[in-house]
Amino acid sequence: MTEHAAPHAHVVPLAVYFGVFIALLVFTGATTAIAFVDLGRFNVAVALTIAVVKASLVLLYFMHLRYTSRLTLVFVGIAFFWLGTMIGLTMSDIVSRGWFGA
Amino acid sequence: MSDTNYLNVDYGIRSWLLTVDHKRIALLYLGSITVMFFLGGVFALMIRLELLTPAADVVQADTYNKLFTMHGIIMVFFFLIPSIPATLGNFLVPMMIGARDLAFPRLNLASWYIFLVGALFTLWAVFTGGVDTGWTFYTPYSTVGANTKVIPAAVGIFINGFSSILTGLNFIVTIHRMRAPGLTWFRLPLFIWATYATSVIFILGTPVIAITLALVGVERAFHIGIFDPAIGGDPILFQHLFWFYSHPAVYIMILPSMGVVSELITCFARKSPFGYSFIAISSLAIAFLGFLVWGHHMFVSGQSAYASLIFSFLSFAVAIPSAVKVFNWTATLYRGSIAFQAPMLYALGFIGLFTIGGLTGLFLASLGLDVHVHDTYFVVAHFHYIMVGGALMGYLGGIHFWWPKITGRMYPETLSKIAALVVFLGFNLTFFPQFILGYLGMPRRYHVYPDEFQVLNVMSTAGASVLGLGYLLPMGYLLWSLRYGARAPANPWQATGLEWQTPSPPPTENFVVTPIVTGPAYCYAGEEAEVV
Ligand SMILES: [Cu+2]
Repeated sequence: MTEHAAPHAHVVPLAVYFGVFIALLVFTGATTAIAFVDLGRFNVAVALTIAVVKASLVLLYFMHLRYTSRLTLVFVGIAFFWLGTMIGLTMSDIVSRGWFGA
Repeated sequence: MSDTNYLNVDYGIRSWLLTVDHKRIALLYLGSITVMFFLGGVFALMIRLELLTPAADVVQADTYNKLFTMHGIIMVFFFLIPSIPATLGNFLVPMMIGARDLAFPRLNLASWYIFLVGALFTLWAVFTGGVDTGWTFYTPYSTVGANTKVIPAAVGIFINGFSSILTGLNFIVTIHRMRAPGLTWFRLPLFIWATYATSVIFILGTPVIAITLALVGVERAFHIGIFDPAIGGDPILFQHLFWFYSHPAVYIMILPSMGVVSELITCFARKSPFGYSFIAISSLAIAFLGFLVWGHHMFVSGQSAYASLIFSFLSFAVAIPSAVKVFNWTATLYRGSIAFQAPMLYALGFIGLFTIGGLTGLFLASLGLDVHVHDTYFVVAHFHYIMVGGALMGYLGGIHFWWPKITGRMYPETLSKIAALVVFLGFNLTFFPQFILGYLGMPRRYHVYPDEFQVLNVMSTAGASVLGLGYLLPMGYLLWSLRYGARAPANPWQATGLEWQTPSPPPTENFVVTPIVTGPAYCYAGEEAEVV
């Protein structure tokens, strides 16, 4: 039933898509380049930070979250919450191994 | 009224393979998962045959390992998970909400093709050597030990995951956007609530199992240390990620069945459900809490005692919404005018068997008792009570109940009642002895066992033969009814629900005139309508 589909569809100019695409390529290059520099434990932190920025670009522009309805944002929030429970409860094991001698 | 319906509108093979009609896609799924069910069933019977005697006389250890692995993979990923959502869900979601199709009909067809590709991939792995890791793919065995077709089987499951995700997405968007005028959330049939909750699990859980199996493949093929401690990985991390999906997957199997049972109990007790909103919300509560309990599979894995404590507590909590449903169904029956038609027999069987399965789950969620029964036949019996006694009974009940709507033919009632009883008896004879075997200490996944366990194993194998017969019967008479069954009226059960207000089988567009809803989902004669 197409009459329900996206009554407020937002048309994104192609330039935005290409801009984001190029930004993603640049960040990919950056990740690769930094992998060759020894920053000690900060290598992981830098790589993850770049990955988060890239993921956010994809979410906001390619997946249209910048222009979307509240309901969609609720679902995005749920997804992040779920990710949080997965990491949180897994860490409840990993950080507490050996606490009670077991 | 015209005689054209979704079945006779076109007979060509192309009209089936390229259909975007949700009702036809439901039938495509029904055919494919039935093939997978009987294949998984053959593996089950071979397992039971081997266990008839204590010695290894039918197969050797290696073959036995492959048999239970392939039984598990096929039954879980290619039968139980798609079972009700992809068949009854596909057929009923648009019909129950008064829509003409799902929100994305082409995506729906794509889901079926993706399922097919995933299934063929896995079958290829099965028939060119098989897999022996167990359906759980535990590391480090699956990444450094096994020399069987682990990667192809995992790829098949990975592909199939997208089918689940897209089906879930389709249902969620459809239920949000395409309800008939007047059909508010608390007027929705309980089956829709259950399907909605299941869809949420599909979307949030399936990506995790897909990525986890991909990581197994990456470690196996390229020796990147993720799970193998020898190269810096953590094998227990695999169990966390695997069960983060696979425990909720149990609810993917059982929630749709609960939805079916809610419909059956209401219709055949001729009463609106006791505590409609509690049953509806408990589906969402199960979907939510079901994601927080996975560590109960890992009490003896080396998981920290502190985490086990949390997971044990949360596992007890998830029993609450399940119990809410059981009590509400029972209260619905109270003073109902109960008819024991075949679908109702399955529904009543479901309540009893699910209760046994659920309560023995609490045994397993107890930190002390789990040490004794972990990895024994007690666990095997427990989850078969949920998945076969629960999910499969609901599926069969639902198939019978909506068979007249789907095919336009009635199934033979007496034979169906007999089959329901055969399934119930066969099931209990197969799996109840396994509780005792497990309690006595018989471990799962071995092809040989000490002599003292033989009597109970013979009972179980005998039960499996009865159960097999119980599944062949509906297969036979349902096919028979397609040609010789009595013509079904639009509403053979005098049930409420929009799907019963259109002819059987329905026209391609489901409703000639879009229905307008003015009251609650269930209202039987002589009842006051529940104020919503
Ligand atoms: Cu579990």
